[in-house]
Amino acid sequence: MTDKKNKGTDPKTYKFDTLSLHAGYQPHKNAGSRQVPIYQTTSYLFDDVDHAAALFNLERGGHIYSRISNPTVAVLEERVAALEGGTAALATSSGMSAIFLAVMTLCESGDHLVVSSQLYGGTVNLFRLTLPKFGIKCTFVKPRDTDGFKKAIQKNTKGIFGELVGNPGNELMNMPEIAKIAHDAGIPLIVDATYQTPYLCKPINHGADIVVHSLTKWMAGHGSSMAGILVEGGNFDWMQNDKFPTMTTPYEGYHGLSFAEEFGPTAFTMKARAEGMRDFGPCLSPQNAWNVLQGIETLSVRMQKHCSNAEKMVEYLLSHESVAWVSHPSVPDHPDHELAKKLLPNGKGSMIAFGIKGGKEAGEAFINNVKLASHLANVGDTRTLVIHPASATHSQMDEATLKFAGLSHDMIRLSVGIEDIEDIKNDFESGFRAARKPRLVSNQ
Amino acid sequence: MKFKVNGTEVFASTGGRPFDKKKPLIIFVHGSGLTHMTWVLQTRYFAFHGYSVLAVDMPGHGLSGGESLKSIEDMADWVKDVIESVGYKEASLVGHSQGCLVTMECASRYPSIIKTLSLMGGAGAIPMNPELLSLAENNNPKAVDLMMDWAHGPAGHFGGHPVPGLYHINTGGMLAKSRTIKNTLGVDFRACDNYKNGFEAAKKIKIPTLSILATGDKMCPVKEGKKLADLIEGSKVEIIDNCGHMMLLEEADRVLKVLKQFITTNYPAKISN
Repeated sequence: MTDKKNKGTDPKTYKFDTLSLHAGYQPHKNAGSRQVPIYQTTSYLFDDVDHAAALFNLERGGHIYSRISNPTVAVLEERVAALEGGTAALATSSGMSAIFLAVMTLCESGDHLVVSSQLYGGTVNLFRLTLPKFGIKCTFVKPRDTDGFKKAIQKNTKGIFGELVGNPGNELMNMPEIAKIAHDAGIPLIVDATYQTPYLCKPINHGADIVVHSLTKWMAGHGSSMAGILVEGGNFDWMQNDKFPTMTTPYEGYHGLSFAEEFGPTAFTMKARAEGMRDFGPCLSPQNAWNVLQGIETLSVRMQKHCSNAEKMVEYLLSHESVAWVSHPSVPDHPDHELAKKLLPNGKGSMIAFGIKGGKEAGEAFINNVKLASHLANVGDTRTLVIHPASATHSQMDEATLKFAGLSHDMIRLSVGIEDIEDIKNDFESGFRAARKPRLVSNQ
Repeated sequence: MKFKVNGTEVFASTGGRPFDKKKPLIIFVHGSGLTHMTWVLQTRYFAFHGYSVLAVDMPGHGLSGGESLKSIEDMADWVKDVIESVGYKEASLVGHSQGCLVTMECASRYPSIIKTLSLMGGAGAIPMNPELLSLAENNNPKAVDLMMDWAHGPAGHFGGHPVPGLYHINTGGMLAKSRTIKNTLGVDFRACDNYKNGFEAAKKIKIPTLSILATGDKMCPVKEGKKLADLIEGSKVEIIDNCGHMMLLEEADRVLKVLKQFITTNYPAKISN
């Protein structure tokens, strides 16, 4: 193991911006095609009977059927694993299916999860209402209540789940401390880092064991394609206790295979694919995988612009007469500002929550009168997006749940795009002018 | 499966099939600081095709107990002890990198027990870069990062893992960091650096031997592998192009094809102990 050329140097492994463009793909293995080909196919020829058996027995790597894996999707999976510092990844048809697959890979009926209370509304409903139908119960804990996560762990708890920066209130989980709590209890920490992308934060470096993304958002970036992904850190010891028998004991579905023994740092992904994709089937289309890959190629430059625009919008909103409050981790008096400086050194993200003076009525007027900002149920588009969560994304929550999740009726959720910042501000001025009118009327 | 060798618990993957003493035995020996998991794309094939497979975790590595062995000679004796501990009188050996030194030394010491020898990324000597050795012995994770960099060719650095969704460098790095670096990688690197008997051992080997080398192997370059192969009577050499030292994962299918042909020809599954 002598390498004179490399003596005294640092590793020459490719860095983030290079991996964004190249990871997971070698042109010479694909007819020299510089761009990743779209393998628009359902299935793959077997060389012979022995080859088919080898693929089904996981004796060899390769593709069988595009519900399980697909070459274009596999490039995306490797690329995101590389960017996150993970050992493996599994792409799914949406972020929600990624979360569902993570839970179903970890849990059996009768199991329990500890979950942050500040989540996307759909995720709240999954944990609060849908998973109990499968016998999986959840205890919600406010993201800043770090001790609360510890207290909520039960004997049958199989993991802690949360969004690093909660949707929509922008409260941060103390990920390193909550990871320690999870690991002390012998369970993994699953973090939804959709808001951050690996450009802003790599949760695995801060103790997370599984990272979830809705790739639909900043990773794809252009509001064109649905996609999700699970990324495995590879550091969690599934064999340290008897909490995960389907991971550590012979699995009937694959000739008695023990995923943890056989695949170690990629065991979770192998099980999620072999069992979850086979049995639930939330596969990502190759066309959407390709669209997401296009987005990832420019992830760094887009995130820089998103974050710089967001900081300018924070400054604008903080000084605006129509704004009651602004929540963004870049604001010095944000309760999690110091934690954000540690976890998000490359930028605090482009999601801003703010309260509009005049409450719900003013909020509705604002949203109805902005023209450049799009009123829709998405975040992380290149374009600026706005929504009133209490009447849209979180509308299926009752009053008590809204309050517990940190939502108020005056809250506007803003996903700052990469347009010219002056155009965004001018558009907001129109919205604020309209929002002030109802109050003037009601005061008369 | 777990079993005891010289009173210490050992883990070995059986390739996903029950260990069956009626079938001929192949033992896979991993490289420095790594574990049985590096062999997953070879072991499962043989386990499903008439062989009993043991991809061992060396003492102190992976899921095995005990402490890492400090010399290649001790490791070679330990492999012989593994064969006896599981009730066999003979076996075929497959080694990667440091595992080549171990299996080669074992084959030279116990010619009546070892029936074939397959070496991947092997050389007669593996002198260590002093900086890398020092980093590993001082428990510095940079040693793993450097090893992963140097050990991987294009597939490792760019990607294109044969198993969809897996990323080579991070997976390998995690394996090498799964136990305390100085106790695994540090001890192994020192053992490799100290081992001087490789070329003499090679001259004594008279069994069918295969050397699989890779054109992009920076750790055990092709010319070093060929120098070793030239000393082994009747040795067969296969060269994998566009591939690095971690050929068993980077080009798993091509490696398996060559290995399959060699072992099934020279140690067919119909032979039983």
